[in-house]
Amino acid sequence: MNEWYMQEGPESDVVMSTRVRIARNFNGIPFPSKMKKEDGQLIIKRVKEAVFGRSSAIGENFKFINIQELSPIKRQVLVEKHLISPNLAESRIESGAIISGEENISIMINEEDHLRIQCLSAGLQLNDTWNLCNKIDNLLEESIDYAFDEKFGYLTCCPTNLGTGIRTSVMLHLPALTMTGYIKGILEICSKLGIAVRGLYGENSEAAGNMYQVSNQVTLGLTEEEIISNINNIAKQIIDQERTIRKQLYTQNSFRFEDRIFRSLGLLSNARIITSEEGLKLLSDVRLGVDMGIITDIDIKKLNEILLLVQPASLQESVGGPLNPEERDIKRAETIRSKLK
Amino acid sequence: MLCQKCQKRVANVQLTQIVNNSKNVVYLCEQCAREEGKFNVISPFSINDFFSGIMGFPYMASAPQQNQNVVCETCGMSYEEFKKTGKLGCPNCYNVHGDKLVPLLRRLHGNIQYNGKIPSRAYGSVKASREIEKLKQQLNVAIKNEEYEKAAILRDQIKSLESSNM
Repeated sequence: MNEWYMQEGPESDVVMSTRVRIARNFNGIPFPSKMKKEDGQLIIKRVKEAVFGRSSAIGENFKFINIQELSPIKRQVLVEKHLISPNLAESRIESGAIISGEENISIMINEEDHLRIQCLSAGLQLNDTWNLCNKIDNLLEESIDYAFDEKFGYLTCCPTNLGTGIRTSVMLHLPALTMTGYIKGILEICSKLGIAVRGLYGENSEAAGNMYQVSNQVTLGLTEEEIISNINNIAKQIIDQERTIRKQLYTQNSFRFEDRIFRSLGLLSNARIITSEEGLKLLSDVRLGVDMGIITDIDIKKLNEILLLVQPASLQESVGGPLNPEERDIKRAETIRSKLK
Repeated sequence: MLCQKCQKRVANVQLTQIVNNSKNVVYLCEQCAREEGKFNVISPFSINDFFSGIMGFPYMASAPQQNQNVVCETCGMSYEEFKKTGKLGCPNCYNVHGDKLVPLLRRLHGNIQYNGKIPSRAYGSVKASREIEKLKQQLNVAIKNEEYEKAAILRDQIKSLESSNM
């Protein structure tokens, strides 16, 4: 497999992935919430021409997906892979996505904005991910007249995206900061700096699986490079703190530390029923063990793959039909067991 | 704890009254609190209320009355409608409602002068106006410091840029 999440990126002991997305709109056409059906069709047609047209250099590697034609489970699988937003999955209007073979580039069409260009990569790779996003943007711009204003920048449906339209996020695995409660202080500082931190999984503020998404709030007044370097700096500081505390916890009581990790591994390798929440928690422990060299026969790529496979829609897709919650928990346990063998 | 009025339902509203310096605390259930009329139970928090909250008040006080009902000619969106949803209808809304959006944009982003990427189609003119803006700032500094020779050079540069950007 060549998918981006099957690669190992820089700082991957703490950083799971990097995401950059930019919002763009066609000039002179109402935003998706206000546009007519024909406008929606026209936009899809124009974006497809820009990507797959004869003058395009990238068409071969991409495929177009019509969201309306997908089953609810298939839509949800794309959400679980972070290829489309939950918003787009629920779309009732003409909408689509153009996705690259490695699944690292996704162009969402008629989400909240006409275009959402998103690039993903493993580990901490903000500059490269932004450069890729920028390239796709330049390519589309050759044939699309974007809504742009000298004073406000790129015009977006929601004023929170106005200007650069950029949202950069890094997904961090922070078990030690969470365990010790230091994460609270970090959350406070970030919110003062205009940086949002939220749990990657789960609906409550509690971050399931100790995974957090750190992203910029401000999109206007700064350059893309400034926004990216802010996130980069914050991420690096959080990474350093997480590593320090991991080491401290381990030296304080290495038996207890290792015991916790191997217990979790034992459960994952043997349990017959695992709920989503429990799975995330145990996988977090095992990931910590792998990151710290305590577990040596499992690699991070395998854990990334498991993390993806055990989400509700992906489980249901693997058996080719709907599963009730209990059936899902059984299938989840089975999938994890077979992957860890 | 049970509601002190009906003694049936769980109390989830704490009502504190201070009358003539004496404090009186009553624990009521939501229903009794509503019946008492002392407590206005607010419906669940919604993002829309949040938006109208952060963008409504301070602006409304200073808004000139005659602009209240302006509607975007492309998509038909009024500023009132925007305040409810927090979303604009089309790119042209920024032309129509742009001035009213400024206080909100300040609160969201701080500095509201766009500094980001320029699409190549707009590149020439935007680049020139950014350059002019920069030179004007340098000119002000030069004048302040009484560097008149430098100021004259800057003034000429601005003039030539402005004429070529027409």
